[in-house]
Amino acid sequence: MMKLTTEEQEMLEGKYGKAAKKSMEILTTLGDIFEADSMVKVYGVQIAGVSYANLGEAGLEFLSEMAEDGKVRVLTTLNPAGMDRENWQALGIDEEFAKNQNRVIDAFAKMGIITTCSCTPYLIGNTPHYGQHLAWAESSAVCYANSVIGARTNREGGPSALASAITGKTPNYGYHLDANRYSQVHFKVNTPIRGTDQFGILGKIIGDKLVEIGKKIPYISGIPIATIEELKSFCASVATYGGTALFHMEEITPEYDRYPKPSDNVFKIDKDDMNQARLELIDEDSEIDFVSIGCPHASIHEIATIAELLEGKKIKKEFWITTARPTKKLADAAGYSKLIEDAGAKFAADTCCVVAPIKGRFKGIMVDSAKACYYGRAKNKFKVRIGTLEQCVEEAIK
Amino acid sequence: MKLIGRKIYKGIAEAEAIVTKDGISFYGGIDPDTGKVVEVGHELEGQTISGKVLVFPSGKGSTVGSYTMYRMMKNKNAPAAIVNKEIDTIIAVGCIISEIPCVDKIEIDKIKTGQNLIVNGMEGTVEVK
Repeated sequence: MMKLTTEEQEMLEGKYGKAAKKSMEILTTLGDIFEADSMVKVYGVQIAGVSYANLGEAGLEFLSEMAEDGKVRVLTTLNPAGMDRENWQALGIDEEFAKNQNRVIDAFAKMGIITTCSCTPYLIGNTPHYGQHLAWAESSAVCYANSVIGARTNREGGPSALASAITGKTPNYGYHLDANRYSQVHFKVNTPIRGTDQFGILGKIIGDKLVEIGKKIPYISGIPIATIEELKSFCASVATYGGTALFHMEEITPEYDRYPKPSDNVFKIDKDDMNQARLELIDEDSEIDFVSIGCPHASIHEIATIAELLEGKKIKKEFWITTARPTKKLADAAGYSKLIEDAGAKFAADTCCVVAPIKGRFKGIMVDSAKACYYGRAKNKFKVRIGTLEQCVEEAIK
Repeated sequence: MKLIGRKIYKGIAEAEAIVTKDGISFYGGIDPDTGKVVEVGHELEGQTISGKVLVFPSGKGSTVGSYTMYRMMKNKNAPAAIVNKEIDTIIAVGCIISEIPCVDKIEIDKIKTGQNLIVNGMEGTVEVK
Protein backbone atom coordinates (compact mmCIF):
# COMPACT_ATOMS: atom_id res chain seq x y z
CA MET A 1 0.00 0.00 0.00
CA MET A 2 1.13 3.54 -0.73
CA LYS A 3 2.16 5.97 1.92
CA LEU A 4 -0.22 8.92 1.79
CA THR A 5 0.17 12.39 3.29
CA THR A 6 -2.52 13.64 5.66
CA GLU A 7 -4.02 15.76 2.90
CA GLU A 8 -4.07 12.86 0.43
CA GLN A 9 -5.69 10.62 3.05
CA GLU A 10 -8.33 13.28 3.74
CA MET A 11 -9.06 13.58 0.02
CA LEU A 12 -9.61 9.82 -0.09
CA GLU A 13 -11.98 10.07 2.87
CA GLY A 14 -14.05 12.75 1.16
CA LYS A 15 -13.07 15.81 3.21
CA TYR A 16 -12.28 17.72 0.00
CA GLY A 17 -15.52 16.78 -1.75
CA LYS A 18 -16.85 14.10 -4.08
CA ALA A 19 -14.66 14.77 -7.10
CA ALA A 20 -11.45 14.79 -5.05
CA LYS A 21 -12.54 11.54 -3.34
CA LYS A 22 -13.22 9.77 -6.66
CA SER A 23 -9.96 11.18 -8.04
CA MET A 24 -7.90 9.95 -5.10
CA GLU A 25 -9.62 6.55 -5.38
CA ILE A 26 -8.46 6.30 -9.00
CA LEU A 27 -4.90 7.39 -8.17
CA THR A 28 -4.39 5.21 -5.08
CA THR A 29 -5.75 2.17 -6.92
CA LEU A 30 -3.37 2.76 -9.82
CA GLY A 31 -0.55 3.40 -7.36
CA ASP A 32 -1.21 0.10 -5.60
CA ILE A 33 -1.45 -1.81 -8.89
CA PHE A 34 1.86 -0.44 -10.14
CA GLU A 35 3.52 -0.58 -6.72
CA ALA A 36 4.16 3.13 -6.28
CA ASP A 37 5.55 4.01 -2.85
CA SER A 38 3.90 7.44 -2.70
CA MET A 39 2.32 10.25 -4.67
CA VAL A 40 4.35 12.91 -6.45
CA LYS A 41 3.27 16.51 -7.14
CA VAL A 42 2.60 17.33 -10.78
CA TYR A 43 3.42 20.60 -12.51
CA GLY A 44 0.74 20.29 -15.16
CA VAL A 45 -1.89 18.08 -16.74
CA GLN A 46 -3.04 17.42 -20.30
CA ILE A 47 -6.45 15.77 -20.58
CA ALA A 48 -7.64 13.50 -23.40
CA GLY A 49 -11.11 12.17 -24.11
CA VAL A 50 -12.71 15.41 -25.28
CA SER A 51 -14.53 14.50 -28.49
CA TYR A 52 -18.23 13.92 -27.88
CA ALA A 53 -18.03 11.20 -30.54
CA ASN A 54 -15.85 9.16 -28.16
CA LEU A 55 -17.33 10.16 -24.80
CA GLY A 56 -21.00 9.85 -25.60
CA GLU A 57 -23.72 10.84 -23.16
CA ALA A 58 -22.31 8.64 -20.36
CA GLY A 59 -18.82 10.10 -20.58
CA LEU A 60 -20.37 13.55 -20.46
CA GLU A 61 -22.38 12.49 -17.43
CA PHE A 62 -19.19 11.38 -15.66
CA LEU A 63 -17.53 14.73 -16.40
CA SER A 64 -20.61 16.64 -15.27
CA GLU A 65 -20.64 14.73 -11.97
CA MET A 66 -16.95 15.53 -11.45
CA ALA A 67 -17.63 19.19 -12.31
CA GLU A 68 -20.26 19.48 -9.55
CA ASP A 69 -17.55 20.16 -6.95
CA GLY A 70 -14.26 19.42 -8.76
CA LYS A 71 -11.70 22.17 -9.35
CA VAL A 72 -8.23 21.71 -10.81
CA ARG A 73 -5.23 22.53 -8.63
CA VAL A 74 -2.59 22.74 -11.39
CA LEU A 75 -2.18 24.09 -14.93
CA THR A 76 -4.46 21.89 -17.03
CA THR A 77 -5.11 21.93 -20.78
CA LEU A 78 -7.32 19.92 -23.09
CA ASN A 79 -6.90 17.63 -26.11
CA PRO A 80 -8.62 18.38 -29.44
CA ALA A 81 -12.40 18.26 -29.57
CA GLY A 82 -14.59 16.83 -32.33
CA MET A 83 -15.00 20.18 -34.06
CA ASP A 84 -13.73 23.73 -34.55
CA ARG A 85 -15.60 25.71 -31.90
CA GLU A 86 -16.03 28.77 -34.12
CA ASN A 87 -15.99 27.42 -37.66
CA TRP A 88 -17.87 24.09 -37.26
CA GLN A 89 -20.64 24.87 -39.74
CA ALA A 90 -18.23 25.54 -42.61
CA LEU A 91 -16.53 22.22 -41.88
CA GLY A 92 -19.78 20.27 -42.20
CA ILE A 93 -20.41 19.39 -38.54
CA ASP A 94 -24.10 18.99 -37.66
CA GLU A 95 -25.83 21.15 -35.09
CA GLU A 96 -26.75 18.37 -32.65
CA PHE A 97 -23.10 17.25 -32.44
CA ALA A 98 -21.94 20.85 -31.98
CA LYS A 99 -24.37 21.35 -29.09
CA ASN A 100 -23.18 18.20 -27.32
CA GLN A 101 -19.51 18.96 -27.96
CA ASN A 102 -19.95 22.35 -26.32
CA ARG A 103 -21.58 20.70 -23.27
CA VAL A 104 -18.41 18.59 -22.88
CA ILE A 105 -16.12 21.60 -23.15
CA ASP A 106 -18.28 23.59 -20.72
CA ALA A 107 -17.96 20.79 -18.13
CA PHE A 108 -14.17 20.94 -18.42
CA ALA A 109 -14.18 24.75 -18.23
CA LYS A 110 -16.31 24.62 -15.07
CA MET A 111 -13.49 22.69 -13.37
CA GLY A 112 -10.99 25.42 -14.23
CA ILE A 113 -9.39 23.63 -17.16
CA ILE A 114 -8.06 25.85 -19.95
CA THR A 115 -10.00 24.67 -22.99
CA THR A 116 -7.09 24.83 -25.43
CA CYS A 117 -8.35 21.80 -27.38
CA SER A 118 -4.93 20.96 -28.77
CA CYS A 119 -2.67 17.91 -28.91
CA THR A 120 0.41 20.16 -28.73
CA PRO A 121 0.14 21.74 -25.26
CA TYR A 122 3.92 22.23 -25.29
CA LEU A 123 3.58 24.73 -28.17
CA ILE A 124 0.97 26.91 -26.48
CA GLY A 125 1.97 27.48 -22.88
CA ASN A 126 1.54 24.18 -21.06
CA THR A 127 5.28 23.90 -21.40
CA PRO A 128 7.07 21.92 -18.73
CA HIS A 129 10.79 21.98 -18.06
CA TYR A 130 13.33 19.18 -17.83
CA GLY A 131 12.73 16.85 -14.89
CA GLN A 132 9.26 18.10 -13.92
CA HIS A 133 6.55 15.56 -13.13
CA LEU A 134 3.36 15.65 -15.18
CA ALA A 135 0.18 13.67 -15.71
CA TRP A 136 -0.41 13.87 -19.42
CA ALA A 137 -2.76 11.98 -21.68
CA GLU A 138 -2.42 12.25 -25.49
CA SER A 139 0.18 9.73 -26.58
CA SER A 140 2.12 12.05 -28.92
CA ALA A 141 2.44 14.79 -26.29
CA VAL A 142 3.46 12.24 -23.64
CA CYS A 143 6.25 11.04 -25.92
CA TYR A 144 7.31 14.64 -26.62
CA ALA A 145 7.32 15.65 -22.95
CA ASN A 146 9.32 12.61 -21.81
CA SER A 147 11.76 12.50 -24.70
CA VAL A 148 12.24 15.95 -26.21
CA ILE A 149 11.78 17.95 -23.00
CA GLY A 150 12.98 15.37 -20.48
CA ALA A 151 9.95 15.87 -18.22
CA ARG A 152 8.34 12.83 -16.61
CA THR A 153 4.90 11.40 -17.26
CA ASN A 154 3.18 8.07 -17.69
CA ARG A 155 0.68 7.57 -20.51
CA GLU A 156 -2.45 8.65 -18.70
CA GLY A 157 -6.02 8.10 -19.81
CA GLY A 158 -8.73 10.77 -19.65
CA PRO A 159 -10.03 9.94 -16.14
CA SER A 160 -6.62 9.44 -14.51
CA ALA A 161 -5.33 12.72 -15.96
CA LEU A 162 -8.43 14.50 -14.67
CA ALA A 163 -7.90 12.89 -11.26
CA SER A 164 -4.36 14.31 -11.18
CA ALA A 165 -5.61 17.75 -12.19
CA ILE A 166 -8.11 17.78 -9.31
CA THR A 167 -5.65 16.48 -6.69
CA GLY A 168 -2.39 17.89 -8.09
CA LYS A 169 -0.81 14.44 -7.61
CA THR A 170 0.10 11.29 -9.50
CA PRO A 171 1.38 7.95 -8.18
CA ASN A 172 5.17 7.73 -8.37
CA TYR A 173 5.84 4.78 -10.72
CA GLY A 174 6.79 4.03 -14.32
CA TYR A 175 8.39 6.90 -16.21
CA HIS A 176 8.57 9.04 -13.07
CA LEU A 177 11.45 6.85 -11.87
CA ASP A 178 15.02 6.81 -13.25
CA ALA A 179 15.03 3.01 -13.23
CA ASN A 180 12.35 2.88 -15.92
CA ARG A 181 13.89 5.42 -18.32
CA TYR A 182 16.79 3.34 -19.67
CA SER A 183 16.77 2.57 -23.39
CA GLN A 184 16.54 -1.11 -24.29
CA VAL A 185 17.29 -1.22 -27.99
CA HIS A 186 19.55 0.78 -30.30
CA PHE A 187 18.48 1.93 -33.77
CA LYS A 188 21.31 3.19 -36.00
CA VAL A 189 19.97 5.36 -38.78
CA ASN A 190 22.24 5.20 -41.85
CA THR A 191 20.35 7.50 -44.18
CA PRO A 192 19.48 11.21 -44.04
CA ILE A 193 16.07 11.90 -42.46
CA ARG A 194 14.44 15.23 -43.29
CA GLY A 195 10.94 16.65 -43.13
CA THR A 196 7.85 15.76 -41.10
CA ASP A 197 6.92 12.92 -43.45
CA GLN A 198 10.31 11.20 -43.19
CA PHE A 199 10.45 11.58 -39.42
CA GLY A 200 6.95 10.05 -39.29
CA ILE A 201 8.05 7.15 -41.49
CA LEU A 202 11.08 6.58 -39.25
CA GLY A 203 8.69 6.53 -36.25
CA LYS A 204 6.65 3.82 -37.93
CA ILE A 205 9.72 1.66 -38.64
CA ILE A 206 10.94 1.95 -35.05
CA GLY A 207 7.45 1.59 -33.56
CA ASP A 208 6.66 -1.54 -35.58
CA LYS A 209 10.01 -3.09 -34.63
CA LEU A 210 9.51 -2.34 -30.92
CA VAL A 211 6.14 -4.12 -30.97
CA GLU A 212 7.69 -7.08 -32.82
CA ILE A 213 10.49 -7.54 -30.28
CA GLY A 214 8.41 -6.55 -27.26
CA LYS A 215 10.52 -3.56 -26.16
CA LYS A 216 9.49 -0.05 -25.18
CA ILE A 217 12.32 2.49 -25.08
CA PRO A 218 14.56 3.01 -28.13
CA TYR A 219 17.92 4.75 -28.38
CA ILE A 220 18.31 6.34 -31.79
CA SER A 221 21.59 7.47 -33.36
CA GLY A 222 22.52 8.90 -36.74
CA ILE A 223 20.19 11.91 -36.72
CA PRO A 224 22.45 15.01 -36.77
CA ILE A 225 19.71 17.61 -36.37
CA ALA A 226 15.93 17.82 -36.01
CA THR A 227 13.34 20.60 -35.87
CA ILE A 228 10.48 20.87 -33.37
CA GLU A 229 8.07 20.01 -36.21
CA GLU A 230 10.04 16.92 -37.21
CA LEU A 231 10.24 15.75 -33.60
CA LYS A 232 6.51 16.22 -32.99
CA SER A 233 5.80 14.16 -36.13
CA PHE A 234 8.23 11.46 -34.96
CA CYS A 235 6.69 11.38 -31.46
CA ALA A 236 3.16 11.00 -32.85
CA SER A 237 4.22 8.18 -35.14
CA VAL A 238 6.38 6.16 -32.75
CA ALA A 239 3.64 6.47 -30.10
CA THR A 240 0.96 5.33 -32.56
CA TYR A 241 2.81 2.36 -34.04
CA GLY A 242 4.93 1.35 -31.05
CA GLY A 243 3.03 2.60 -28.00
CA THR A 244 6.27 4.40 -27.17
CA ALA A 245 6.23 6.97 -24.36
CA LEU A 246 9.97 7.71 -24.28
CA PHE A 247 12.94 7.58 -26.63
CA HIS A 248 16.47 8.88 -26.48
CA MET A 249 18.06 10.44 -29.58
CA GLU A 250 21.81 10.94 -29.63
CA GLU A 251 22.87 14.61 -29.36
CA ILE A 252 19.20 15.65 -29.76
CA THR A 253 17.23 14.77 -26.62
CA PRO A 254 18.38 15.92 -23.17
CA GLU A 255 18.65 12.52 -21.44
CA TYR A 256 20.46 10.66 -24.22
CA ASP A 257 23.69 10.27 -22.21
CA ARG A 258 22.11 10.11 -18.76
CA TYR A 259 21.75 6.30 -18.95
CA PRO A 260 24.01 3.67 -20.53
CA LYS A 261 23.45 2.95 -24.22
CA PRO A 262 22.12 -0.57 -24.94
CA SER A 263 24.97 -2.76 -26.23
CA ASP A 264 22.86 -5.62 -27.60
CA ASN A 265 19.63 -5.35 -29.60
CA VAL A 266 21.13 -3.15 -32.32
CA PHE A 267 19.20 -2.57 -35.54
CA LYS A 268 20.23 -0.61 -38.62
CA ILE A 269 17.82 1.51 -40.63
CA ASP A 270 18.86 2.35 -44.19
CA LYS A 271 17.38 3.94 -47.28
CA ASP A 272 15.63 0.72 -48.40
CA ASP A 273 13.85 0.42 -45.05
CA MET A 274 12.64 4.01 -45.41
CA ASN A 275 11.42 3.42 -48.97
CA GLN A 276 9.64 0.23 -47.98
CA ALA A 277 7.90 1.88 -45.03
CA ARG A 278 6.87 4.83 -47.20
CA LEU A 279 5.18 2.43 -49.62
CA GLU A 280 3.22 0.96 -46.70
CA LEU A 281 1.74 4.43 -46.16
CA ILE A 282 0.63 4.88 -49.74
CA ASP A 283 -2.48 2.98 -50.77
CA GLU A 284 -2.55 1.92 -54.39
CA ASP A 285 -5.60 3.12 -56.30
CA SER A 286 -5.98 6.01 -53.85
CA GLU A 287 -8.09 8.81 -55.26
CA ILE A 288 -7.22 11.87 -53.16
CA ASP A 289 -10.12 14.25 -52.44
CA PHE A 290 -8.94 15.55 -49.05
CA VAL A 291 -5.63 17.03 -47.91
CA SER A 292 -4.78 17.78 -44.30
CA ILE A 293 -1.77 19.21 -42.51
CA GLY A 294 -1.51 19.42 -38.73
CA CYS A 295 -1.21 16.00 -37.10
CA PRO A 296 -0.03 16.81 -34.47
CA HIS A 297 -1.38 20.38 -34.60
CA ALA A 298 0.49 22.64 -37.04
CA SER A 299 3.02 25.08 -35.61
CA ILE A 300 3.15 28.73 -36.66
CA HIS A 301 6.24 27.84 -38.70
CA GLU A 302 4.34 25.19 -40.67
CA ILE A 303 1.45 27.60 -41.24
CA ALA A 304 3.87 30.26 -42.52
CA THR A 305 5.26 27.73 -45.02
CA ILE A 306 1.78 26.74 -46.20
CA ALA A 307 0.82 30.41 -46.60
CA GLU A 308 3.88 31.03 -48.73
CA LEU A 309 3.13 28.01 -50.94
CA LEU A 310 -0.53 28.97 -51.36
CA GLU A 311 -0.07 32.68 -52.01
CA GLY A 312 -2.01 33.68 -55.14
CA LYS A 313 -3.11 30.05 -55.83
CA LYS A 314 -6.53 28.37 -55.77
CA ILE A 315 -6.98 24.92 -54.31
CA LYS A 316 -9.20 22.32 -56.03
CA LYS A 317 -9.57 19.82 -53.19
CA GLU A 318 -10.83 20.08 -49.63
CA PHE A 319 -7.77 21.20 -47.63
CA TRP A 320 -7.76 21.48 -43.82
CA ILE A 321 -5.05 22.91 -41.64
CA THR A 322 -5.61 21.63 -38.13
CA THR A 323 -4.05 23.68 -35.36
CA ALA A 324 -4.44 25.10 -31.87
CA ARG A 325 -6.64 28.19 -31.48
CA PRO A 326 -3.78 30.38 -30.14
CA THR A 327 -1.62 29.41 -33.13
CA LYS A 328 -4.51 30.27 -35.45
CA LYS A 329 -4.77 33.71 -33.80
CA LEU A 330 -1.07 34.25 -34.37
CA ALA A 331 -1.56 33.27 -38.02
CA ASP A 332 -4.44 35.78 -38.27
CA ALA A 333 -2.26 38.56 -36.90
CA ALA A 334 0.64 37.70 -39.20
CA GLY A 335 -1.60 37.70 -42.28
CA TYR A 336 -1.04 33.99 -43.01
CA SER A 337 -4.68 33.06 -42.45
CA LYS A 338 -5.85 35.46 -45.14
CA LEU A 339 -3.41 34.06 -47.74
CA ILE A 340 -4.48 30.51 -46.87
CA GLU A 341 -8.21 31.22 -46.81
CA ASP A 342 -8.07 33.30 -50.01
CA ALA A 343 -6.64 30.20 -51.71
CA GLY A 344 -9.71 28.26 -50.53
CA ALA A 345 -8.10 26.19 -47.78
CA LYS A 346 -9.76 25.99 -44.35
CA PHE A 347 -8.52 26.17 -40.81
CA ALA A 348 -9.88 23.58 -38.42
CA ALA A 349 -8.76 24.83 -35.01
CA ASP A 350 -9.56 22.97 -31.76
CA THR A 351 -9.95 19.68 -33.65
CA CYS A 352 -8.17 17.25 -35.98
CA CYS A 353 -8.74 14.53 -38.51
CA VAL A 354 -8.36 11.82 -35.86
CA VAL A 355 -11.21 12.98 -33.59
CA ALA A 356 -13.59 14.91 -35.89
CA PRO A 357 -16.64 12.88 -37.00
CA ILE A 358 -15.64 12.67 -40.69
CA LYS A 359 -15.81 8.91 -41.27
CA GLY A 360 -16.78 8.15 -44.86
CA ARG A 361 -16.92 11.80 -45.94
CA PHE A 362 -13.88 11.49 -48.18
CA LYS A 363 -12.37 8.76 -50.36
CA GLY A 364 -8.67 9.43 -50.00
CA ILE A 365 -6.61 11.65 -47.70
CA MET A 366 -3.12 13.02 -48.33
CA VAL A 367 -1.08 13.99 -45.29
CA ASP A 368 2.51 14.55 -44.15
CA SER A 369 1.88 12.56 -40.96
CA ALA A 370 2.33 8.81 -40.42
CA LYS A 371 -0.03 8.99 -37.43
CA ALA A 372 -2.76 10.54 -39.59
CA CYS A 373 -2.30 7.65 -42.07
CA TYR A 374 -2.96 5.13 -39.31
CA TYR A 375 -6.17 6.76 -38.09
CA GLY A 376 -7.27 7.74 -41.60
CA ARG A 377 -7.38 4.07 -42.43
CA ALA A 378 -8.46 2.52 -39.13
CA LYS A 379 -11.02 5.04 -37.94
CA ASN A 380 -12.24 6.92 -41.00
CA LYS A 381 -11.90 4.19 -43.65
CA PHE A 382 -10.04 6.49 -46.05
CA LYS A 383 -7.37 5.50 -48.54
CA VAL A 384 -4.17 7.28 -47.54
CA ARG A 385 -1.06 8.76 -49.11
CA ILE A 386 1.90 10.27 -47.29
CA GLY A 387 4.07 13.03 -48.78
CA THR A 388 6.10 16.07 -47.82
CA LEU A 389 4.26 19.19 -46.72
CA GLU A 390 5.08 20.72 -50.13
CA GLN A 391 3.67 17.66 -51.97
CA CYS A 392 0.49 17.88 -49.90
CA VAL A 393 -0.02 21.52 -50.89
CA GLU A 394 0.69 20.65 -54.56
CA GLU A 395 -1.91 17.87 -54.41
CA ALA A 396 -4.51 20.31 -53.08
CA ILE A 397 -3.83 22.73 -55.94
CA LYS A 398 -3.72 20.05 -58.67
CA MET B 1 -12.54 -23.92 -5.70
CA LYS B 2 -11.37 -20.54 -4.45
CA LEU B 3 -8.80 -18.65 -6.50
CA ILE B 4 -6.79 -15.98 -4.72
CA GLY B 5 -5.66 -12.84 -6.52
CA ARG B 6 -5.41 -9.13 -5.89
CA LYS B 7 -8.24 -6.72 -5.14
CA ILE B 8 -8.66 -3.95 -7.69
CA TYR B 9 -12.12 -2.55 -7.03
CA LYS B 10 -14.48 -3.27 -4.14
CA GLY B 11 -17.84 -5.02 -4.33
CA ILE B 12 -19.16 -8.58 -4.50
CA ALA B 13 -20.86 -10.08 -7.53
CA GLU B 14 -22.23 -13.53 -8.27
CA ALA B 15 -22.82 -14.37 -11.93
CA GLU B 16 -22.05 -16.69 -14.83
CA ALA B 17 -18.54 -16.57 -16.28
CA ILE B 18 -17.73 -15.68 -19.87
CA VAL B 19 -14.07 -16.47 -20.54
CA THR B 20 -11.71 -15.53 -23.36
CA LYS B 21 -7.99 -15.89 -24.01
CA ASP B 22 -8.07 -12.69 -26.12
CA GLY B 23 -7.46 -9.18 -24.79
CA ILE B 24 -10.43 -6.80 -24.70
CA SER B 25 -10.69 -3.26 -25.99
CA PHE B 26 -13.89 -1.72 -24.64
CA TYR B 27 -13.49 1.23 -27.02
CA GLY B 28 -14.37 -0.04 -30.48
CA GLY B 29 -14.36 -3.69 -29.39
CA ILE B 30 -17.66 -3.72 -27.52
CA ASP B 31 -20.94 -2.03 -28.40
CA PRO B 32 -21.90 -0.09 -25.25
CA ASP B 33 -25.56 0.00 -26.26
CA THR B 34 -25.99 -3.77 -26.63
CA GLY B 35 -23.13 -5.23 -24.55
CA LYS B 36 -22.06 -7.33 -27.54
CA VAL B 37 -18.45 -7.97 -28.55
CA VAL B 38 -18.08 -6.46 -32.03
CA GLU B 39 -14.33 -6.75 -32.61
CA VAL B 40 -13.89 -8.68 -35.86
CA GLY B 41 -12.12 -12.00 -35.29
CA HIS B 42 -12.39 -11.81 -31.46
CA GLU B 43 -13.01 -15.13 -29.74
CA LEU B 44 -16.22 -13.70 -28.22
CA GLU B 45 -17.41 -11.86 -31.36
CA GLY B 46 -21.21 -11.63 -31.32
CA GLN B 47 -21.58 -12.70 -27.68
CA THR B 48 -23.04 -10.55 -24.90
CA ILE B 49 -21.02 -9.74 -21.79
CA SER B 50 -23.74 -7.82 -19.89
CA GLY B 51 -24.46 -9.08 -16.39
CA LYS B 52 -21.72 -11.73 -16.60
CA VAL B 53 -18.34 -12.07 -14.96
CA LEU B 54 -16.03 -11.18 -17.81
CA VAL B 55 -12.78 -13.16 -17.54
CA PHE B 56 -9.88 -12.20 -19.84
CA PRO B 57 -6.10 -11.79 -19.67
CA SER B 58 -5.77 -8.00 -19.92
CA GLY B 59 -7.16 -4.85 -21.52
CA LYS B 60 -5.87 -3.37 -24.76
CA GLY B 61 -6.54 -0.43 -27.07
CA SER B 62 -7.58 3.18 -26.51
CA THR B 63 -7.81 4.76 -23.08
CA VAL B 64 -11.30 5.96 -24.04
CA GLY B 65 -12.30 2.40 -23.12
CA SER B 66 -12.70 3.45 -19.46
CA TYR B 67 -15.53 5.79 -20.50
CA THR B 68 -17.09 3.04 -22.61
CA MET B 69 -17.31 0.93 -19.44
CA TYR B 70 -18.96 3.85 -17.62
CA ARG B 71 -21.41 4.19 -20.50
CA MET B 72 -22.30 0.48 -20.23
CA MET B 73 -22.90 0.87 -16.50
CA LYS B 74 -25.27 3.79 -17.17
CA ASN B 75 -26.99 1.70 -19.87
CA LYS B 76 -27.34 -1.10 -17.29
CA ASN B 77 -25.49 -3.60 -19.46
CA ALA B 78 -22.01 -3.59 -17.94
CA PRO B 79 -20.42 -6.87 -16.84
CA ALA B 80 -21.31 -7.87 -13.25
CA ALA B 81 -17.60 -8.17 -12.44
CA ILE B 82 -14.22 -8.38 -14.15
CA VAL B 83 -11.47 -10.94 -13.58
CA ASN B 84 -8.06 -10.44 -15.22
CA LYS B 85 -4.76 -12.23 -15.32
CA GLU B 86 -2.93 -8.90 -15.25
CA ILE B 87 -4.89 -5.65 -14.98
CA ASP B 88 -4.03 -2.63 -17.16
CA THR B 89 -4.79 1.05 -16.53
CA ILE B 90 -7.79 1.29 -18.87
CA ILE B 91 -9.71 -1.57 -17.25
CA ALA B 92 -8.72 -0.54 -13.69
CA VAL B 93 -9.91 3.04 -14.18
CA GLY B 94 -13.04 1.82 -15.97
CA CYS B 95 -13.91 -0.39 -12.99
CA ILE B 96 -13.33 2.41 -10.48
CA ILE B 97 -15.46 5.03 -12.23
CA SER B 98 -18.18 2.48 -13.12
CA GLU B 99 -18.03 0.74 -9.71
CA ILE B 100 -17.58 -2.75 -11.17
CA PRO B 101 -16.03 -5.29 -8.74
CA CYS B 102 -12.66 -6.37 -10.09
CA VAL B 103 -9.91 -8.83 -9.17
CA ASP B 104 -6.65 -9.62 -10.99
CA LYS B 105 -3.65 -11.97 -10.69
CA ILE B 106 -6.02 -14.92 -11.14
CA GLU B 107 -5.13 -18.10 -13.04
CA ILE B 108 -7.89 -17.54 -15.54
CA ASP B 109 -7.40 -20.82 -17.42
CA LYS B 110 -8.92 -22.55 -14.40
CA ILE B 111 -12.25 -20.85 -15.15
CA LYS B 112 -14.65 -22.06 -17.86
CA THR B 113 -17.45 -20.20 -19.60
CA GLY B 114 -20.80 -20.97 -17.99
CA GLN B 115 -19.46 -21.64 -14.49
CA ASN B 116 -21.05 -19.69 -11.67
CA LEU B 117 -18.56 -17.36 -9.94
CA ILE B 118 -18.51 -15.23 -6.81
CA VAL B 119 -16.07 -12.34 -7.26
CA ASN B 120 -15.06 -10.62 -4.03
CA GLY B 121 -13.39 -7.30 -4.73
CA MET B 122 -12.69 -6.64 -1.05
CA GLU B 123 -10.70 -9.84 -0.51
CA GLY B 124 -9.39 -10.25 -4.05
CA THR B 125 -10.85 -13.72 -4.51
CA VAL B 126 -12.85 -15.62 -7.12
CA GLU B 127 -14.91 -18.61 -5.99
CA VAL B 128 -15.90 -21.15 -8.63
CA LYS B 129 -19.19 -22.78 -7.57
